[in-house]
This record gives sequence, structure tokens and C-alpha cells, in this order.
Amino acid sequence: MNVLYFAWVRERIGLPREEVDSTAETVSDLVDELVAREDRYAAAFADRSALRVAIDQELSDFDAPLKGAREVAFFPPMTGG
Amino acid sequence: MRISVQEAPFDLGVETKEFTAGHTDIGAVVTFTGVVRDSDKAPLEVMEIEHYPGMTESALTEIAQEAQTRWSLGDVLVIHRHGALQPGEMIMMVATAARHRKDAFEAAEFLMDYLKSRAPFWKREVTAAGTEWVAAKEEDEDALNRW
Repeated sequence: MNVLYFAWVRERIGLPREEVDSTAETVSDLVDELVAREDRYAAAFADRSALRVAIDQELSDFDAPLKGAREVAFFPPMTGG
Repeated sequence: MRISVQEAPFDLGVETKEFTAGHTDIGAVVTFTGVVRDSDKAPLEVMEIEHYPGMTESALTEIAQEAQTRWSLGDVLVIHRHGALQPGEMIMMVATAARHRKDAFEAAEFLMDYLKSRAPFWKREVTAAGTEWVAAKEEDEDALNRW
């Protein structure tokens, strides 16, 4: 699936998007897989309560199943307006 | 309903005029404009606004549609810019048109509250002291509870 990062999550991980081959069942499982890869992921996902997630461009949560998901995005709380 | 996510500046007067043109069933138009403000810490050089192309447009459309189901509105306009903005520049505007002012006022406040915490934009302040992502405020999230 396509995994996207925005704002300081993008900066900490060092890239805006990547293709991830994963069998993770939930968003949390996917984060666990990423964190296990490299320190920069651990740094970005250190405090999950400070992060938001969208699945296929709809706001979701870390318990949500990933079955059928094409795009998952991680970012800090939004600051528009 | 019109939603525009754009890098280019907009003209508040022109947008408002176009928004109301041709409507004779509208008794009230409310507009809100967000402006780039100086940083609390140091003089702001640039405000950078990042967004999530695709999701931004769909989130704004959903918020505007929700406003239309909750209030009796003739029309809704949302313009939000991204990219590098200078202090004093207009970041965004919403406009609501209704037969009566109460619907127009309330819907505009609702749009702003939801847009701040549910539309995928992120602000970063560039000052002489460095660059810093603007943190979301708890009160912005709390503001959603009143609707």
C-alpha cells in the first residue's frame, strides 16, 4: 500500500510517501512494523496520541482494519484556517 | 457550493461579489477571512502551509455539505491557500449565504471550527529564530463539541 507522511512526521521520516509491502491487519500493526525498521520511524511514531491517521483519505484511528486499504497517511493534528 | 484549494492569492471583494451575484433569495451573506498573523515569539518571515491533495478537497466538501444539511443555506464558498505566505496575506475565506442571518452566521462558525481541526492543513512558521510547526490547540478540538 501507499503510505504518506505530512508535516513533522514527513520530516522525521525523511520522505513524503513510500510503497510499503505489509500484511498488517490494523493501523497499529503497520506502525509497529515501521517502527521496527529504523530509528527514524521510531522517532516519528514515539507518541501515537500526537498523531492522526487517514485511510484512503478519510480520517480514521489506529485500531482500524487495513483490509483493502490502498493509501494510509500519518500526520500531526491539523492546523488549518 | 464552491471549494477551492489554491496557491494563488484571492480577492475578497471579487469572490464575495461573485458569490452573491444572481441570487435574489438571499438576505444574509457572512464572510470570514483568515489572515497570516505575526508569530507570538519572533517576527514572522513566512508562513508555510502544507496540505494533503485530494483529501483536503474531499474533507472541505464534506464539511460544507454537512453545513448545508444543518442550516438553510443558499450557497457556501470555501477558499484555502497553501504554499508560502507573507504576514498580512489572506490565507483563507468562507462565505455563507442564507435567507436569514442566523443560518449564515452559525454555518460560517461551524465551517471554521471544522475546517481548523478536520481539514488536512499544517502551518509552519519561519522566523529568524528558525522554523516551527504550529501546534494544534486543545480549544480548537473542544470547539467541535458545541455542534
